[in-house]
Amino acid sequence: MAEPIVQVKDLSVYYNKKKALNNVSLDFYPNEITALIGPSGSGKSTLLRSINRMGDLNPEVTLTGAITYNGHNIYSPRTDTVDLRKEIGMVFQQPNPFPMTIYENVVYGLRIKGIKDKEILDEAVEQSLIGASIWDEVKDRLHDSALGLSGGQQQRVCVARVLATSPKIILLDEPTSALDPISAGKIEETLYNLKDKYTMVVVTRSMQQASRISDRTGFFLAGDLIEYNTTKEMFMGPVHKETEDYITGKFG
Amino acid sequence: MLRSQFEEELDKLHNQFYAMGNEVLGQINKTVRAFITHDRQLAKEIIEADAKINEFELKLEQKSLEIIALQQPVSADLRAVITVLKATSDLERMGDHAVSIAEATIRMKGEVRIPTVEEEINKMGRQVRQLVEAVLDLYLHKGDSDQAYDIAAKDELINQYFDQIRELATEEIKKAPDSIVTGRDYFQVISYLERIGDYAKNICEWVVYLNTGKITEL
Repeated sequence: MAEPIVQVKDLSVYYNKKKALNNVSLDFYPNEITALIGPSGSGKSTLLRSINRMGDLNPEVTLTGAITYNGHNIYSPRTDTVDLRKEIGMVFQQPNPFPMTIYENVVYGLRIKGIKDKEILDEAVEQSLIGASIWDEVKDRLHDSALGLSGGQQQRVCVARVLATSPKIILLDEPTSALDPISAGKIEETLYNLKDKYTMVVVTRSMQQASRISDRTGFFLAGDLIEYNTTKEMFMGPVHKETEDYITGKFG
Repeated sequence: MLRSQFEEELDKLHNQFYAMGNEVLGQINKTVRAFITHDRQLAKEIIEADAKINEFELKLEQKSLEIIALQQPVSADLRAVITVLKATSDLERMGDHAVSIAEATIRMKGEVRIPTVEEEINKMGRQVRQLVEAVLDLYLHKGDSDQAYDIAAKDELINQYFDQIRELATEEIKKAPDSIVTGRDYFQVISYLERIGDYAKNICEWVVYLNTGKITEL
């Protein structure tokens, strides 16, 4: 098996005194999609957000344990979070395009990096939008506002915006829960096709989504990682009763 | 729904099923030939080759169950997976009967034969083979329900052979009571062939289900 790209070790996260994640350890592997599932408040999103230090600006968040990315502790004081988030990008539940053109949305990260060469930017826009499976739909209106797109299209532009910064890992927090089934299907297809180049971690409330697109699944309950296994094993014969009950819809 | 991946998996399943079908067809072919030519060596090969068919069945079952668990197919997609799952069992049973015929071939070494009966069994075997071939073709070319009904109707010819050979063998045994030991195996072999025909008919029923969603008895 390949070496893990991200290793989470004994991670506990507190919101003030409330423990949201309880001593969680797991590894993520390159070019795989890992699904994190579990009911609300189980800690799955907390884990996802910890992987690119989204809690940094929230004074209520305390964190113990370690997350290493390519052997480097991302919580080391020497880690530059701007650099980190270029390598580990994030797509949110609500499509959140910036109120600017499609083109400017995609090149936003590159402009921050100081890239001005039009050729490079044009190329990045085309490649990223192709990667996000939306190029054909928007190539003739790159300079229209991204806000004029449908929700599903906006979400794929957000995926393109992440791709433009050439990340290694893409974190997705319920990326399709605000979308209709057709748009959700397109996002799933897009993610599946991106697996060759990227490692993805998806928080999802849809069992079907987890079972269809992911290679591995982690099940969380009340801050504990109950079970972590290949998706095939998990959906065909989970070890823990809690997992069985959750994936068959007996609670959650 | 992740269409591309699902369709890829379904294609693989179809191809595997067809490959298994061809393997079974080959076994039926050989087992009739071995029986008629009293070829014990070929009969042994048939018995050994059955493991391959069982392996096919196991893989197809695992893959079908995996698709159901991970992709949760509905409607026509679900029917496609269920058809493979069910028809695979029918193919596997055909393979088992081919083996039983091969075992009879080995058992009958040195016994008195009745050539007229064996000639008819050969014809019956040919009919069975044609039916199985037609069923596989029906499945591969995604035949419609009408075609499935037409092919299933041909099983009647096999049933006729069964009755006719049973009569013929009974008459022959009456004439030469020493051939009763052989006769016993003749009766068994024609039952096996008749059963293979029934399983082929079952697959026709699954093709009707695949097309219409209706579970029928043809």
